[in-house]
Amino acid sequence: MSQEPPDKTQETPNKPVEEPKKVPPPPPKPPPLKVSGEEHPIARKVRDAFPGGYISATLFRADISIEIKKEDLFSICLLLRDDPELDFDYPVHISSVDYLREKVRFEVVYEFFSIKKKHQVRIKTRVTEDDCVVDSVTPIWKGANYLEREVYDMMGIRFNNHPDLKRILLPDDYEEGYPLRKNFPVQGRGWRDTFDFPH
Amino acid sequence: MDVKEPPKVDGAKESLPLLKTEELLLNLGPQHPSTHGVLKVLLTLEGEKVIKSVPVLGFLHRGVEKIAETITYNQFIPHTDRLDYVCAMYNNFAYVRAVEKLLGITIPERSEYLRTIVAEVQRIIGHLFWLGTQALDIGAMTVFFFTFREREYLLDLFDELCGARLTTSWYRVGGVERDFTPKIIDDLYKFLEDFPSKIDEYNTLLLNNRIWLGRTKDIAVISGEDAVAFGLSGPTLRGSGVDYDLRKLSPYGAYDKVEWTVPLGTKGDTYDRYWIRIEEMKESSKIIKQCLDQLPEGDYIAYLPQIVVPPKDRVFTDMESMIYQFKLFTDGFRAPEGDIYCGTEAHKGELGFYIVSQGEGKPYRLKIRSPSFIHMGAFDHMAKGYMIADMITIFGTYDIVMGECDR
Repeated sequence: MSQEPPDKTQETPNKPVEEPKKVPPPPPKPPPLKVSGEEHPIARKVRDAFPGGYISATLFRADISIEIKKEDLFSICLLLRDDPELDFDYPVHISSVDYLREKVRFEVVYEFFSIKKKHQVRIKTRVTEDDCVVDSVTPIWKGANYLEREVYDMMGIRFNNHPDLKRILLPDDYEEGYPLRKNFPVQGRGWRDTFDFPH
Repeated sequence: MDVKEPPKVDGAKESLPLLKTEELLLNLGPQHPSTHGVLKVLLTLEGEKVIKSVPVLGFLHRGVEKIAETITYNQFIPHTDRLDYVCAMYNNFAYVRAVEKLLGITIPERSEYLRTIVAEVQRIIGHLFWLGTQALDIGAMTVFFFTFREREYLLDLFDELCGARLTTSWYRVGGVERDFTPKIIDDLYKFLEDFPSKIDEYNTLLLNNRIWLGRTKDIAVISGEDAVAFGLSGPTLRGSGVDYDLRKLSPYGAYDKVEWTVPLGTKGDTYDRYWIRIEEMKESSKIIKQCLDQLPEGDYIAYLPQIVVPPKDRVFTDMESMIYQFKLFTDGFRAPEGDIYCGTEAHKGELGFYIVSQGEGKPYRLKIRSPSFIHMGAFDHMAKGYMIADMITIFGTYDIVMGECDR
């Protein structure tokens, strides 16, 4: 590899300093929608306690979301509830998202609220399709029981140590799959395939 | 069959003298009129005492969350009517608030007031419906006729407002569908004048009623700590003395511009939850009165042509508006990429929407946090140790609607 020497011919030694052109200041940019939430006190606390399990934090519409590794989910949730500064005692919802085109396909989303401290946090963790198992947080919040059963029913993500993991909204003998997965057809599977839906 | 001693159940009322009994499995529902829809509960009984109860949900599951992924944001508004079909206005409100949070838009002040007034009217309707059916379940029939008289009056106002009594779809992203007519405002003032005396009427039927007191006091007690851990909300949580009301915590609408208080219970039994709902009706009428007095002039819907459908007269005369209208009805508006959760204090509890957007005209994922579903999670805990007849009271005290529970 031959590197060309920098062209110095154009530089004159005593070039008069040009005055910078007066450019009108650009209009103020709107703040970015998703700002990094790394410095958010809750995110900092989680990162300090679990540097290995913490991945990232974002702030969107003033809601803090923290992405973590699924191995540390249970211990982080325990920290969220038991740390007196965090004190997340109220499970708001547990949900799941299917990113069909991505490598790590499923995301489990937990939203917690602290009634005393009046703050919110969203915890996200990714699981692959081959190994879609996360630890259950039912031992920490009793209300997680039904919410996790719904996630299992709709998305097929299993929960370790769950007391009673079975379908909740669909019948127990439903064998057509998990309806909220993106590759599940809207009209359903099985005998519903024979319906003549206009497409 | 082997006969064995009944187990001792904690938290029960004073136990009857022990008899030799055997366990019995009883199906309550799904076609029982007191289950408020189609709810089935498998009860394990020792005599008349419930030792275990397993709710069987999903008879009304329609896959609303899946439907939401296939239609635009505006098209989903009528689907929210069918969640909690007795109180459609609050579902609309919770949904459009979530979408507005995702879009990051603010709406005109008059529209905030209109929304607050209608939401509180809906809260009164919900509580009247609850009171009538709860009393009917327990055996007091008269209350039902009294509360439905007022409910009909208010539903007629909804009819005047948007042409439908129950499936209203009056809220829009960016405001509301149409303004109040002068008749609605007059009728509301008239209603508010009479309403306190009507509440006294219900109370004369119930407050000294021995059956009502016997069947609500110390029934389905839940401590504040347990209620929080189960994620209960609304009057069911506040009955246990936990101060959690989203209208105060993160004020929306015009709730921070009027004076009102959050009634809190102490014992966490069915009677406290009844008292809270009665007090909330009084507070709601206070809020409506103040909002009507302060009602500012202005637009009832924001002018944001890329999000809100432009007014019809503009569509016919103005090229740009016609383009926007065409785009909105074919593609819908595009929401920025991101995910939000927005909870709203409906009369049953916290109704929340978690929306994931990937920058398209449709939500990528929409999750409904429905209070009825989460309340059913605590059913076994609250029903343990009570009689079969109390089960009906416990459904009632959640104010459960299966359309919202099963989605």
